[in-house]
Amino acid sequence: MKMGDGVIEILCTVNEEPRTLRAYPMERLLDVLREQLQLTGTKEGCGEGECGACSVFINGQVVNSCLVPVAQVEGATIKTIEGIAGADQLHAVQQAFIEYGGAQCGICTPGMVMAAVDLLERNPNPSEADIRTGLAGNLCRCTGYMKIFESVVGACKKDNEAGEKQNRSTKTHEPTRNLC
Amino acid sequence: MRAYLPSYNLLTPQNLPDALDLLARDPGVYKPFAGGTDLMVLLEAGKLSHKNYINIWNLKELRGIEAVDYHVTIGALTTYTEIQAHPVLRAEFPMLCQAASETGGLAIQNRGTLGGNIANASPAADSPPALLVYDAELELVSATSSRWVAYHGFHTGYKQMNIQPQELLTRIRLPRSTKNLKQYYRKVGTRKAQAISKVCFAATASTDGERLADIRIALGSVAPIPIRCVSTEAALRGQQIDQLGELGKAALVREIVPIDDIRSTANYRIRVGLNLLGDFLSRLRSSS
Repeated sequence: MKMGDGVIEILCTVNEEPRTLRAYPMERLLDVLREQLQLTGTKEGCGEGECGACSVFINGQVVNSCLVPVAQVEGATIKTIEGIAGADQLHAVQQAFIEYGGAQCGICTPGMVMAAVDLLERNPNPSEADIRTGLAGNLCRCTGYMKIFESVVGACKKDNEAGEKQNRSTKTHEPTRNLC
Repeated sequence: MRAYLPSYNLLTPQNLPDALDLLARDPGVYKPFAGGTDLMVLLEAGKLSHKNYINIWNLKELRGIEAVDYHVTIGALTTYTEIQAHPVLRAEFPMLCQAASETGGLAIQNRGTLGGNIANASPAADSPPALLVYDAELELVSATSSRWVAYHGFHTGYKQMNIQPQELLTRIRLPRSTKNLKQYYRKVGTRKAQAISKVCFAATASTDGERLADIRIALGSVAPIPIRCVSTEAALRGQQIDQLGELGKAALVREIVPIDDIRSTANYRIRVGLNLLGDFLSRLRSSS
């Protein structure tokens, strides 16, 4: 819907709540999430789709929110890092990032968690190559990636141990340091 | 410097006829805006000079892949993720699927579209070499007309295309004639993921005993446009397979005109282009 001065109104769902956004149509979804909805967990790294720090889900698909003009989320279902944890429990990926030291400075971490959650939703038993491909769009300048890789492997194990999907094949992941 | 957002228009028509009407009303005033993976980068850098766009992302008419007897038709808004998942494309057009899988990371592949990759007209784009080799055709539709054109010849100069301002690229069509072809696609970039190509190479060939029956070769990042290397193809067609290497390299070096830029140098690109052709031709020799 068009408002005055070129500002439009956009109806969408963010973290399961219906929201009405008012913005210029070319405003980046990233900025609207952070500044209008105060969802500052989504970070800006490069601002050009290289680093993945701004990753969110739109209609279940991971995207770079710095590359989405807000006019394109009319009617969309958006999930940000704030919507990943349950009411009283972290997501297995978040818990694994804590246990395996997957976060250092923290700027890439929300995007890394989003990419890992996306990967495990599509493929609960990823191979090492699958994990690398799943995280290929996310850059980290602290960890050297191995801690992050190990966190995702750890999250797979957690998921498997939770026993929710009992028929899953139990591939074991033993990350080694010479894989990069 | 970041862009001044109030100066940009992004209109959202509800269907294809409305979008075409907008394009026809003042030809050249509005340009189509698809997944945004290139245009938003320019916007953030303050380098998006055109100001008025039509948001075509939600136009269902431009989505979907349809395989019939003689060709596969791909909606212009088909994403790289959708291309990689389609069984007919995977089986018959693996170079297009590989190009899609090597364009950006998953987040880009979920938004980047095949039509956008063509119409953005970057000489470094990943899918055009595959499309050129597959003899793709493009459907260009306006409020009052519709035409199919060969993709080969669509790019007429750097960022120049054989399309009218009131026309929209709606579909891409590939003839299903890849059976028995040997196919080879290789993108060379700084790293495996996310990189823009230094050189991008696609080729198919068929053999007839000791001779090369047919060959098609296309490259990206070695000229102002993605190029189909017709002179090199002509030099190789019908030749003995064990003599292709030198003939091919001598022809290709005259056909590509790469430049030095931020990603690579002309010399490196020539060397890599020749090496990729050499690799493909030697594989033909070892498999024939």
